[in-house]
Amino acid sequence: MTSPALSLFNAPFAALAIPGPTFLERAPLELRDWFVHLFPAPAQWLVHHLITIVAVLAVFGLFFAFLTIAERKLLGRLQNRLGPNRTGPFGFMQPFADAIKALTKEDVVPAAADKLLHFLAPVIVCSFALMTFAVLPFGRHLIPLELDAAVLYFFAAGAATELAIFMAGWSSRNKYSLLAAMRALAQLISYELPLLLTVVPVVMLTGTLSTQNIVLAQGGWWHGVIPHWHVFTPWGFAGFLIFLVAALAETNRSPFDSPEAESELIAGHLTEYSGFKYALFFMAEYFGMTALCGLGVTLFLGGWQAPSVYLQFIPSYVWFGLKLIAMILLLIWIRGTLLRLRIDQLMRLSWKLLVPLALINLLNAAFWFQAGELGGAFAIARWPVSIGLAVLPFIAFGRRLGRGLGPRTYRYAP
Amino acid sequence: MSSSDPSTLNPQLSTPPAWAGGSGPTVRAVHDEFHGDLLEISMGPQHPSTHGVFRMVATLDGETIVKLKPVFGYLHRNHEKLGENTTYLASMPYTDRLDYLCSMTNNWAYALAVEKLAGLNVPERAEYLRIIMGELTRLVNHMCLVGFLFNDLGTSFTPLLYAFREREKILDLFEALTGSRMMCNYQRFGGCRVDPTPEWLAAANKVVQNFPRFLDEFEAMLTGNEIMLARTQGVGRLSRELAISAGITGPMLRASGVDYDLRKVDGYGFYPRFDFRVPLGEHGDTYDRYMMRILEMRESVKILQQAISEMPLGPIMDPKAKLRGFRPRAGEAYGRIEGPKGEIGFYLISDGMPNPYRYRVRPPSFVNLTVLEDMCLGHTVADAVVILGSIDIVLGEVDR
Repeated sequence: MTSPALSLFNAPFAALAIPGPTFLERAPLELRDWFVHLFPAPAQWLVHHLITIVAVLAVFGLFFAFLTIAERKLLGRLQNRLGPNRTGPFGFMQPFADAIKALTKEDVVPAAADKLLHFLAPVIVCSFALMTFAVLPFGRHLIPLELDAAVLYFFAAGAATELAIFMAGWSSRNKYSLLAAMRALAQLISYELPLLLTVVPVVMLTGTLSTQNIVLAQGGWWHGVIPHWHVFTPWGFAGFLIFLVAALAETNRSPFDSPEAESELIAGHLTEYSGFKYALFFMAEYFGMTALCGLGVTLFLGGWQAPSVYLQFIPSYVWFGLKLIAMILLLIWIRGTLLRLRIDQLMRLSWKLLVPLALINLLNAAFWFQAGELGGAFAIARWPVSIGLAVLPFIAFGRRLGRGLGPRTYRYAP
Repeated sequence: MSSSDPSTLNPQLSTPPAWAGGSGPTVRAVHDEFHGDLLEISMGPQHPSTHGVFRMVATLDGETIVKLKPVFGYLHRNHEKLGENTTYLASMPYTDRLDYLCSMTNNWAYALAVEKLAGLNVPERAEYLRIIMGELTRLVNHMCLVGFLFNDLGTSFTPLLYAFREREKILDLFEALTGSRMMCNYQRFGGCRVDPTPEWLAAANKVVQNFPRFLDEFEAMLTGNEIMLARTQGVGRLSRELAISAGITGPMLRASGVDYDLRKVDGYGFYPRFDFRVPLGEHGDTYDRYMMRILEMRESVKILQQAISEMPLGPIMDPKAKLRGFRPRAGEAYGRIEGPKGEIGFYLISDGMPNPYRYRVRPPSFVNLTVLEDMCLGHTVADAVVILGSIDIVLGEVDR
């Protein structure tokens, strides 16, 4: 296993003659190679990596811009209104207008703030959020950095953003920010656990921490139609749902947006931020959401694999993009629908429901794998048993969590 | 941060907390080295969910509220003094601005007080119109309340905007009849200002007929939601005894299980002619207060259906009433009705002049707000916002 730093410098540049099924599949790589070869040989490895970074920044920068407008328009439709529609055709220039506004706004720093930390927090949160993109396989051959410990790296970089959030809350010298920072820290640490525990079965069954290999392990189709994605197994489906809930909490999205609960803590740790620093936080939040959705797609939804053998002519990165967009739209839908949990209920949900369920899911995955190895009748009998192992604990733990709550009947005055 | 000396904390803290078998809230009463300082935060007057310019100075232990001081008066407009310096009729449009969501019921209560003072009678058709306007206002107010309550609970505006969609339809009716959506200025001493056309009544009937369908949908989506139940059940309990001794009125009092509805108690207007029920809560928590509003809306729809179908023809003003040179005889009167928020009353003393000698408003949301601290103690900041939302205050009325 090579260290991340080593593999960055030892990228096997010569071995990049990619055999791809279609021209479209190869196009991004051929374009890159053509550009890299414009430079003298000693500079080629540097250009190669720089262009990868620029491509990721450009693609996901634009993705972020259109994600904000998509979210606002979709929320608008969910709420029986139109959403922004004044700037450009159908309002699609709105994000650029917003960017100009954020850039030209005054940057207010509170007099009592810790100026250095206050400045560093948005920079750190944004850079760590971007670093997670390095290990996501966007296509069959499109991965910025092929790491053996990619999943580990993803979570290490993702967890660092929590530090920046606390920095922001602490340095603002604002009581709302401080409360929000404490909430954020407690919440992020609690939900890191179920998030990691749902990833463990995937790593266990595929036997690799490399994201690209995890996607490759989900290749193949049953009768050419039903893909071998993890989400189509009982443990994988349960794991995906837990992952989804934990990912919502990790990205501070509704219904787990307690750290920036508008109706309680104004804007949480962002209360004392304005102008482009605020925009950076906003950007980091959306980058984080996109990256976690990308990981979810990679781990459970087959990554860039086509859903059917007959649909393989569509380039792999298109499939990744479609799955990513579908997952993000689901998150937006949830945001437009659900109420916010209180912080103590939120912690209880993690420790009393998600963590035990994720642990049981781990056993479930192991059972699934062992029964599959035995083959024959076991391979069929594992379905009901595994579904039971996924559903019954959910019912049991969920009942306990919702005890004493329920609709009431009311009497009328005589 | 260290301004909170434990000795100044609420005396309720001296009762043993719930975990020790007492009835007190589960908060720490001592200030010790290990736990550190209590945190004092000032929520408002600029805060997204204080419903206007209300301010809560909350002392927190972690996130638990150990003391809460309501501060208000930011919207004080000298309403009562204005009322003493203008003629009786000129105060009528001012009453619109008290609780700016329910101008019709404010008008009604004021008109009732002046009618008692001047001994005016109200024609039958005008009484029916007042009931229709009053119940439509109740729908408007309760729509706003449940919408904003869900906003405080953390939905990103979705239920609020659907509630507002229905509210718009009623506001359109108000606009068509009175010329204004919120500041209706509709009631007069001895009757109403304008008579609705049959088309208006047909439109109102349509809105009323479609309303239960909306309520069913709203309830199916939101009332049974697990997060909603977890956030509101058992939160902000108001005991029956405290509710009575604090003078709480309206849905908030009935949520605590007290059967007291002025429409039944006083039987003002023609309410005794109508068939409706008064829902009562049991627990007195935020969920009960929310459900009281939902159930009252269903009863209001019943009253509206009866009122619109049975409305008689006839004059809408008492022929004795005069708008110019109106001078009631010397005396005093108190007129009160069951407003959407509780008992809204006007107390007037006349010395025979064109303006009242004393003009006093009994604002329901101001009185209901007095128990805020008792309901919030032991709960978290997030709950305080929701409890405040469930009280249903309008700062125009609280500050006057």
